[in-house]
Amino acid sequence: MTDVAPPTTRKDWSSDQEVRWCPGCGDYSILAAVQLLMPELGVRREDTVFVSGIGCASRFPYYMNTYGMHSIHGRAPAIATGLAMARPDLDIWVIGGDGDMLSIGGNHLIHALRRNINVTILLFNNQIYGLTKGQYSPTSETGKVTKSTPFGSIEAPFNPISLAIGAEATFVARTHDMDRAHMMEMFRRAHAHNGASVVEIYQNCNVFNDGAFEEITAKAHRADMLIPLEHGQPVRFGADGEHGVTAGADGKLRIVEVAEVGEDAILVHDETDPGLAFQLSRLASGPHTPTPIGVFRAVERPEYAEQASAQIAAAQAKAGPGDLQQLLLSGATWTVS
Amino acid sequence: MSDIAERTPVELDRVIIRFAGDSGDGMQLTGDRFTSASALLGNDLATLPEYPAEIRAPAGTVFGVSAFQVHISDHDITTPGDSPNVLVAMNPAALMSELDKLEPGGTVIINTDAFEERNLAKAGYDENPLTDGVTLKGYTVYEVPMTSLTKGACEALGVKPRDAERSKNFFALGLISWMYTRPVQPTIDWINAKFAGKELVRDANIAAFKAGHAFGETAELFDHPYVVKPAEQPPGTYTNISGNVAVAWGLIASSQLSELPLFLGSYPITPASDILHELSKHKNFGVRTLQAEDEIAGIGSALGAAYGGHLAVTTTSGPGMDLKAETIGLAINLELPLIIVDVQRGGPSTGLPTKTEQSDLMLAFYGHHGESPLPIIAAYSPANCFDMTIEAARLALKYRTPVILLTDGYLANGTEPWRIPDVADLPRFPMAFATGPNGSDDEGNPVYLPYLRDPDTLARPLALPGTPELMHRIGGLEKADGSGNVSYSPENHEHMTHLRADKIAGIADDIPHQEIRGDEDAEILVVGWGSTWGAISGAVDRVRAKGRRVAQAHITHLSPFPENLGEVLRRYPKVLVPEMNLGQLSKLLRAEYLVDARSVNKMRGVPFTAGELEQAILAELDR
Repeated sequence: MTDVAPPTTRKDWSSDQEVRWCPGCGDYSILAAVQLLMPELGVRREDTVFVSGIGCASRFPYYMNTYGMHSIHGRAPAIATGLAMARPDLDIWVIGGDGDMLSIGGNHLIHALRRNINVTILLFNNQIYGLTKGQYSPTSETGKVTKSTPFGSIEAPFNPISLAIGAEATFVARTHDMDRAHMMEMFRRAHAHNGASVVEIYQNCNVFNDGAFEEITAKAHRADMLIPLEHGQPVRFGADGEHGVTAGADGKLRIVEVAEVGEDAILVHDETDPGLAFQLSRLASGPHTPTPIGVFRAVERPEYAEQASAQIAAAQAKAGPGDLQQLLLSGATWTVS
Repeated sequence: MSDIAERTPVELDRVIIRFAGDSGDGMQLTGDRFTSASALLGNDLATLPEYPAEIRAPAGTVFGVSAFQVHISDHDITTPGDSPNVLVAMNPAALMSELDKLEPGGTVIINTDAFEERNLAKAGYDENPLTDGVTLKGYTVYEVPMTSLTKGACEALGVKPRDAERSKNFFALGLISWMYTRPVQPTIDWINAKFAGKELVRDANIAAFKAGHAFGETAELFDHPYVVKPAEQPPGTYTNISGNVAVAWGLIASSQLSELPLFLGSYPITPASDILHELSKHKNFGVRTLQAEDEIAGIGSALGAAYGGHLAVTTTSGPGMDLKAETIGLAINLELPLIIVDVQRGGPSTGLPTKTEQSDLMLAFYGHHGESPLPIIAAYSPANCFDMTIEAARLALKYRTPVILLTDGYLANGTEPWRIPDVADLPRFPMAFATGPNGSDDEGNPVYLPYLRDPDTLARPLALPGTPELMHRIGGLEKADGSGNVSYSPENHEHMTHLRADKIAGIADDIPHQEIRGDEDAEILVVGWGSTWGAISGAVDRVRAKGRRVAQAHITHLSPFPENLGEVLRRYPKVLVPEMNLGQLSKLLRAEYLVDARSVNKMRGVPFTAGELEQAILAELDR
């Protein structure tokens, strides 16, 4: 075996299993983006593992010709944490939806991010429960009418990006299922990040929540409704970059017309500034007003499994590899002859 | 003053001492040090620590009492003893809560300094029991002002009286060490090592310990000290071991015997946390420990590590078992090796966190949805936890299944001498993973079939991530036999349900037959599992000594049961099952074997005594 992975094509990464999402589901375009990206990453299929929870999104591993585990609802980040600690040599992706990772599995998501374990988390956010046929989710907007909220949801939704930043995530990004190139770029960067990375993907559920993101992701609206974030670049959007984001004297971010405030007043994005990342995550309160996409935050922090391995190496350097007989004799002992 | 030479030690074959005081008084430490000194002397011994769930319950109250019972003997013993011979009471609350446990006419050693008005009131005494002429009637009482004697001993060291007071448990230890002629030096060495760097504390503890010892020697209070000679034990090197440490060491041993790295995913919970603590110390054995965010992540991370090829374990107690149920089901369905250690405690809900019980047996059998059998084994003594942990690992790896190992709070914290095995004598079970295809597709191309079973064990092959050409997907959905692809076929589901059950049932061929202790032609068979072994053994011996014919079967393998168990049960006219629950094993035996297994129950948070079970056996014989 050589160190360089042999070249592959999308076909090599596709399993023999028939894809069974509803026709028109946004999950298809995410699957295509991942399968198209993998050959570009120079990694081996056998070293790649997809771990998922339960939900429509979590069927994902069955369609990848890699190792994979379709686990139980919400627990994929916990299972992946153990796998990543045991096998830092593997390339581990975690797949789940908004119900899976923000509701039943919310605890595991925030702790995986906090620990900075080296997994790439793709959070398919369609703001609805699909597999259980249409109940409101922790990202559904207040007032959402569903089967379980016939009078409208009275709950405030999570903002997944704010949540991830609050959980000390070292890499946080957002993309959407209508832009394959942008998805691939976000996945590429998330994969390259050493530590826990999370990418929120606005994903359309055409059966139970069709058009949830249309106001911002439809081709006709995109230029005015999506704010691309690029490190070191002014935060501008619009067909001609005519809109922008400024930080006022009060510290608040505002959407402005560049012509009115001047180019120098436009905020420059800094992925390493956690305060800025949080503020940007609050710029839109739902996919109805101009919404930032791209990498909100990317910082370096020691990775968890590496540190765990380093502690083992240090202990072995100090005490030598464990001697079982000596361990059993390590307490107070006495001999009967 | 009596001449010391006159006070020749009197020989005892055994003694049961109970140290009791406030939970801040250091009674567990005192008992533990006395135990260690006795172990080094070669006594057989068994211990029973009992402490409240609160870290510092209100001082001086009855529910804040912490006690440690130790039974030392010159012969083989199996329990921490029925009734203590000696009670050391450091305050009124300890006397109030513990005196009724003492044998009639037993010895009480009292720290009189603590018997002042406030403490008496807190303990619920209207009158001082030392002077009321009633409370201590019939007991041999030694009144020792331990607090003031300790303060006096520490005065010259420049220790503040308030700080010196905290060394009074070492005074008590010194006194009892003199009374039972324990060697002094090991305790002094221990204090030196433990309190290195805290010179004043170290010196105060040593001064208090020596003062207690000297007090026994010089005060005219005591007629003579006692000697409990070493027990006859098979040759070997021994150490005193608790169940939790034995589990931890058993896991490290299993890692070496299976040649797999060890991974523990765990969430702190009483009384299991010490396994996590112990394993976290031994990173040089390549042990990875994760203190997870919750019980579910504890087992989830372990399952992930198992999938990655580690020997994976999660440790917990009852409430944690409830939370792990869904992941145990996933492990059963994925057919991945996983060890689940349940250190049982009193339930339901938070129940009695620090007290022992055996009430999770049905949970282990049936506490996960669907038809989901798995191997269940139980340790019967603190030292046996080592062997049963290795057995859990062997079964998990060989049959690619989660295995539940049941211990309990008594085994976890109790200790006994353990003859340290020669590592070369331990069973080896190196794990082999799949390296290449094991089947072919419709076109004859080689493929990997993750659910193509070994015809003998019905175990499936395991291909680790990282193995070229064997990429496959597994999941909680029902799988097609062989290929492991998702299958909703009714025939396949029924077939797979049977296969999973048959795999576990087949393990009966791979475990020891049920052994019987006692009389072949017994009038009664006493059946137990888990930590009741010591008390049942003691009780059976006593009833046999009275001329009755009794047999004992102690079950270590509960799922599947040993192949011959039904035949064994039917051999005897009567079957009695003592359990620290409402009769869970007896229900299982009745259901499985249609025998009239009668139940004896205790749910008091403390083990059966041999005396209680002796009465129960005699009552059943006469029924």
